This record gives sequence, structure tokens and C-alpha cells, in this order.
Amino acid sequence: MAIALSQFNEVRLDRVSRDFGALNALREINLTIQRGEFIALLGPSGCGKSTTLNCIAGLLPVTGGAIWLDKSRVDTLKPEERGFGMVFQNYALFPHLNVRQNIGFGLKMRGTPKAEMERKIDEALNLVRLQGQGHKLPGQLSGGQQQRVAIARAIVIEPPLVLMDEPLSNLDAKLRLEMRAEIRRIHNELGATTIYVTHDQDEALSLADRIVVLRDGLVRQVGTPKELYEAPEHLDVADFMGFRNKLKGKLVASSNGRAIVDVEGARISGRTRETIPDGSTAYVAIRPDDLVIGEPGGNALAVSVDTAEYRGREFVGTAHTKGGLELVFRSFQAVEPGTAVHLVAGEDNTLVFSEPV
Amino acid sequence: MIRDTTLGAKLWATAVWAMVGFFVVNLLAMIGTVVTSSFATRWLGTWLPIGWTTRWYSSAWNEFQLGDVLIVTFQVVGVVVLISGALGVTAAYALARRDFPGKRLLVLLFLLPLLIPPITFGIPLATVLYRTGLAGTFWGVVAANLVPTVPFVILVMIPFIEQIDPKLEAAARVFGANTFKLFIHVLLPLLLPGILAALLLVLVRTIAMFELTFLVAGPTSQTLVVALYYAVFAAGVRAVQSIDAMAVIYMVTTLIWLIIALRFVNPTQIVTRAKQQPAH
Amino acid sequence: MHATVARTASGPNLRQKLAARGFDAVTLLVLPAAIFSLCLFVYPFAFGLILSFEPKNGGWLANYQRFFADAYLYDTIYKTLALAIPVTLLNLVLAVPVAFRVRLMRHQRLLTTILVLPITLGTVLVAEGLLNYLGPQGWFNRTLMTLGIISQPLRLVHNYWGVFASLVITGFPFTFLLTLSYVTGIDPALEQAGATLGASAWQRFRHIYLPLLMPGFAITFCLSFVQAFSVFPSAVLLGEPAGPTRVISIAAYQAAFEEYDYSMASAVAMIMGFVQLAIVIAVLASRGLFYRGPATGAKG
Repeated sequence: MAIALSQFNEVRLDRVSRDFGALNALREINLTIQRGEFIALLGPSGCGKSTTLNCIAGLLPVTGGAIWLDKSRVDTLKPEERGFGMVFQNYALFPHLNVRQNIGFGLKMRGTPKAEMERKIDEALNLVRLQGQGHKLPGQLSGGQQQRVAIARAIVIEPPLVLMDEPLSNLDAKLRLEMRAEIRRIHNELGATTIYVTHDQDEALSLADRIVVLRDGLVRQVGTPKELYEAPEHLDVADFMGFRNKLKGKLVASSNGRAIVDVEGARISGRTRETIPDGSTAYVAIRPDDLVIGEPGGNALAVSVDTAEYRGREFVGTAHTKGGLELVFRSFQAVEPGTAVHLVAGEDNTLVFSEPV
Repeated sequence: MIRDTTLGAKLWATAVWAMVGFFVVNLLAMIGTVVTSSFATRWLGTWLPIGWTTRWYSSAWNEFQLGDVLIVTFQVVGVVVLISGALGVTAAYALARRDFPGKRLLVLLFLLPLLIPPITFGIPLATVLYRTGLAGTFWGVVAANLVPTVPFVILVMIPFIEQIDPKLEAAARVFGANTFKLFIHVLLPLLLPGILAALLLVLVRTIAMFELTFLVAGPTSQTLVVALYYAVFAAGVRAVQSIDAMAVIYMVTTLIWLIIALRFVNPTQIVTRAKQQPAH
Repeated sequence: MHATVARTASGPNLRQKLAARGFDAVTLLVLPAAIFSLCLFVYPFAFGLILSFEPKNGGWLANYQRFFADAYLYDTIYKTLALAIPVTLLNLVLAVPVAFRVRLMRHQRLLTTILVLPITLGTVLVAEGLLNYLGPQGWFNRTLMTLGIISQPLRLVHNYWGVFASLVITGFPFTFLLTLSYVTGIDPALEQAGATLGASAWQRFRHIYLPLLMPGFAITFCLSFVQAFSVFPSAVLLGEPAGPTRVISIAAYQAAFEEYDYSMASAVAMIMGFVQLAIVIAVLASRGLFYRGPATGAKG
């Protein structure tokens, strides 16, 4: 590949904070990103993920802490001096410039010689598979094509760091899957260090080497997709990594990463990564897949079925306990609404969390 | 839209159109009177003049020193357009892009000269300009005309700038554009249609701005519209046709620019500031 | 990257702190226009206000006392209102049905272009044109006589009606174009919804459009009124500037440029501004009685 990326070892966010008046949008974010990594910043809207990205890009000034590129401090530089590439949520393609001029914008600002510029634009067009579209204006392109131009524009300047701000959120579901694969392919070809902001856990899981889950301006957990999916550290992280039933109860006992919770008299045991005092409020989190109809006894909850919808291979049902807890479960056999059954939670896939702050 | 086809609705529609027709016919006939008279040899007590001539144009040109008046008019208008463009676009950019304490008050301050009729603020303004010795001079006329045009440019440009995605500017910055390059390569091309429209409207308004120019102009700093007023005011001294010839010259000067302006803006925009065309 | 290891990770610098509060180089771009406006609009206004309380002779209120004691002066308020209010109401009443009709047109542009002509040409030219057109030998009287509607030419210039006509010619297009922009700002789906619920054309106007448009009409009335109230060149050229069309701006102009009493002229200008303000406030205050939220999807 002729597009060569600037060499560096790590990007480090050192206690980065950002206040909007009294509101702390970011609170002492610490994060180190290695060269070539694909990092996803994941969280609900307002969690601070876009703010983090804008602080790294220089579009928002930080109000505390520092950002380092190896030994160089970059947070005091203007955005135009940082040299990062960025893909914006609505692409932010210059409407008055054609595709080639859009892609070449960063090179032009750097005073790149004409011949070299043309060559690099051609390579970038090839990389994003837009050969022959160079003379169109952004308004003449489809959403997916605009997305490709935005990516080409960001990587053609060979930046040390590529920032992507929810790049797929404006596309329809089918195109989103297609472009996700494209981003994966381009990352594999170039190995560009990338920070990718999204609120979609599927995107984060499928693209990222590591995921950073943010909430209320705080880093809640950093880990590989597998770690986050299987072993979330907090209830809100678990909540964000796919749907789980949440059952409120009291902690009975815990030891060696195992905990037993009393939920309406039933004893449910599962794994925990927290230390929760005995007798305090605790939550049991179980995916619908891990809740099956079974026999009374260990880890079983007595419920009454409310609905059961046929979904092709299986049924998705809803039920409630006599205490009024609502549950979603899966079943391979049909169940009639109104029947009383027992739902058994698989011990290894059941997680126990303390009361969220 | 829902169209009624009942008899009452049809009568109502006819009545409305008849009224519009009456207005337009009278308007055009009024303009036609001026044009006809300016080419008339003698026109008294008949539908049309006895004969036709163009000599009133040369006599009006000489009697009213229209050459000088037109030069002054275009100098005033040109300077007003340039200054109001420079002051207005920069201020509109700041107001469209930033929130700061006192912004609402500032916008109100810029709105007032457009809402208050010129004659109301023109008299105190003229008083101040006479005290400072600016009144009667070229720059006094320019200063007075800028009072409504700077706010006009600001208020036309604010919505135009607001509809340009700030992310475009962020993108330009991230990709290495400093403030100057950002302006040249991104902002100027995107804002050009809006600036052009705003300045053409300023141009048309300034040619026709009677009150402010009238209150502060001296004999050497009169614009065409003020000269026309004095000519009509002193009617009887000159031939009616001569004054009408001057009025036609004034109409032509204004309408040329109006036609150019209408290529870029909707007529409604001359009155209201709503409804901006998208930039792209 | 060309950044050097500068300070250790302390706080952000001053530029960043100010920017966080909304003050940066971009905000400063507003300064030239603001200073200009202060010098040439706010200062003269304040100066005029103070000057009006420093009369040539007499106490600080002497100008105002003289204005309200002299019928030749205070009558100008009444005369101006007698022109401005009927003209504004007439223009608005005519503009509304026309705007509703024009809204349906596909090619509005020709009509709006014709209507924008008198605004662009300005009051001086309209006065000049009407002087001939409405005169005893003009086409207007000639047509009426030919049609047998009148036997003697109507006296339409150098009196109240000449000024009235000029205010309609320049004022109607202004009122109409403002009204049109409000009327087209309302989502047609609302009317369609009304029709499906059984509302007749009149009921749709009365119960859907009128409540939504009332605030717009109020603003249109104010702007049109203020224009008409400041009538000047046509009152001189087409009216009787010493008699029934001696409007308030003539009084102000004469004080300034015939008596050279700038203090009195400022006082008259302040009174003129005050009357305009009073009417505008009265109209806008009654707006509180009407719905003022968004008219769906439409801008403002």
C-alpha cells in the first residue's frame, strides 16, 4: 500500500476533563491507545464519547488534563496543527468541491506538490473503490458513496490517528452492514490507528480491538469485545451490551467471584466481579437466551407466562413473577399465556451486580 | 391544497383577482404616464400626446446636471455596498456561530434601524452629523445610508450562515486549514450566493433611499432620488416632461439593478428576510 | 507532528479558557458593526433625546409644552394617524385574501415582481407618477369619465386622497409580501386535516388559519403602520403640506431645516417615535391573547 501512516507508538489521554459551565461532560479520562489499534468509544447519547473525540481532534478545548502523542503534547495545538484525520457523522463533505477536491483538501492545505497530490488522491479513490467518481459533487452521490469519500479524505493525509464520529448512523440498516465491512477492510489494509465513536454495541463488537464504555463522562470499562460482552463489570455496562433481564434482590452470600441473591424468596447464584456486602441490594442480570423453562429447584423462578411470540426458530416470551418482576425468555416449545412455569437461569451466564451509583 | 368549486367560491376568487388586476393596472398606468410624458412634445387634455420627442432627456440631463448626480449616486451606493458588506458579513458570522452574553441585546440593536422608519431616527442623526460637520459631505451621506444597510446585511446573512453546517468548518480545520485558508477555500465559496443577494438588495435600497440622504445631503452630495424630489417640489420652474424624463432615468437605474437582484433572490425577500435558498 | 514537549500537564491556556465561555476571535468579529451601530444609531438617538430637553428658550420641557399647546403642531399627530391607520387597515384587509389566493398559484413570481416595483422605486417616484396619473387630465379621471361614471374630474391630488393613494400603492405590496410569507409558512396539511373533519372553507380560515396567523398579522400591521406613519415625500408632493396632510414628519422637518431649531426638531422626532411605539406596543400586547407557538414544521 502506498498510503503510509505516520509512525508513532501511542496516544495517551491523561486525566482529560471537559466542563460545559457547571456540567462535567468529561471527568478525568485516562486512556492509552497503541499504534494500529481500533478503539471504539461506546455509550448512550450524552455519555461524553463525542466530546472525547472532539477534544482529541481539537474542536473542543479540554478544561483539564493533557493529550500526548508519544512525547508531544497535542491538546494545546489548534485542530489544523494536529494532523489527524476525521470522519464526521454527517460526513461534512464540502458541497462546493467535487470528490477529488474533497479528498485532496487536506493535501492542498499542506502544500503538497500537484503531481503527488493527484497520485495520492487516485490511490485513496482506489482504496475506497470510487474510481471514476472523482468529478462528481457530493450532492450527486449516494449516502454510502459520500461515506467512502469522507473516509478517503481522512486517510489520504496519512494521519497518525483517524477519528470517526458515528460514521454509520446516517445510513440505512443494509448499507450500515456493508460499510461496516468496508471500514474493517480498510483498517486491515492500512492498519490506521482509529478511534471510533458509536452508540451501537454491534458495531463496536464487530469492529473494535478494544471497547471503551463511557457513561456520564466517566470510563466505566475498557476491554476486548469478548470481555465486555461476557464479563461486564457494572450493571450499566451489562445493560449496554445487549438486553438482559434485571432482577432486584438481596445478597445472601458471596465468595471467590460467586454470589447468591435472594429474589422473591428464590435463590439465584451467579458470577460477580464486585465485592457486595451481605444483605445489601443486588441485581441479577440474565440474557433471555440463558433463561429456559425447566424444573423447580436451584436457580429457578416461578413465573406466570404473559405472551409468547413465534419468531421462526423459537418463541420469545414475556412473564411475570408473583412479586411483579417482568422477564423476557426464549423457548423452543410453544407455551400458552397464563400457564405457570419455572424459568431456570444458567449459573455461568448469570451475573450479579451491586446497586448502580 | 383544497380548491372549492362552488359558485360562491368562484365569485370570491373572481373578486380577489379583479382587485389584484385593478391594482396592477393602475400601477402600470402610473408608470406608463411618466414614461409617455417624458417622450411627449405637448400633452394636454388628450389621451396621448400630440407628438413624440427625446429632447427632454438631453434637457433634463443638462438642467439637473444628471451626469454629476449619477456619479455621486453610484459613488455613494458603491461605498455603502462595500462597507455594509464588510461590516455586516463579519458581524453576521459571529452572531450565527457563537453564543455569548448580550447577544440577544445586540441582535435587537441591529433590528431597530430596520423597524424604525428612517425619518424618525434620521432627524437626530442629521443633527449629530451637522454638529460634527459631516452633513452635506459625501461621507455624511454614506454614513447615514449605512445605518439601515449594515443591520440589513447582518439579518439577511445570519440565517444563510446558520444553514451552513459548522461541521464543514470543523472538517476544514481538522484537515489543516488555518483561519485564512478556511475563509478562502470553504466559507467564501459557500457564502458567496448569500453575500451577492444581500449586497444587491442593499444596492437597490440605497438608490431608492430618500429620507436619510435628503436629511443629510448637501448640494454636491445629492443622489438621484433626492434630486428628483427637489425637481418635483419645484415643479412649475421646469417643464413637466423634463422632470418625467429624469424620473424615467431614475426608474431605469433602479430597475436594472432590481432585475439583476431578482436573478438571485425571491421578490418576497426585498420585504422579508425569511425563506433563504439552500447554499447548494 | 511538530509539537515540542512544552509545559507539563497543567490546565488549559487562556485562549482555551475564554473560548469555553464563548469569547474567541470569532466573537470579536461582531465588534466593528456593533461600534458602528452605537456611534450612528444609539448615540444620535440618545443625543436627540437629551437635546429635546434643552430647548432654545424656556424650561427643559418647553419643546414638549409648545408642541402640545400649539394646534398647528399637535394636530399633526391626529392628521398622521388619520392617514396611517385607515391605510394600514385597508392594505391588510386587501392583502389577506390576495395572499391566500396567490399561495395557490404555481407562478407567483411574475405577480410578486410587479408588486415589488413600487417598493423598489420608492415614494418619491410614486408621488411623481401619481401627480400626473391622478391629475384632472390624467388617465385615471379620463377613463372614469369615458366610462360615464363621473362627469367632472375627481380631485385626487394635492389633498388627503392623493397621499392616501400613494400610501396604498407603496404600502399594499409591502403588506402583501409580508402576509404572503406568513401564509405560506403554514403547513397545508393542517387545512387538509380540517377539511377531512368537515370544516368548510370559511370555517377552515376562521378556526385554523386565523388563530395561527394572528401573530403574523399583528407584526405585519405594526410594520406597515410604522411605514405609513412616517410618510413624508408624498405628503409634501401629493398632499396639502400646509393643510390636511401636514403630517408629523413635515413638522419635524420644518423645525430642523426651516427654523433651524434642532432641539424642537428632536422633540418632534421623539414624539413621532413615541406614538409609533405606543401603537406597536398596544398591538403586540393584544397578541398575548392569541396562540403563539409554532405553526407546525413552519419556521417561526
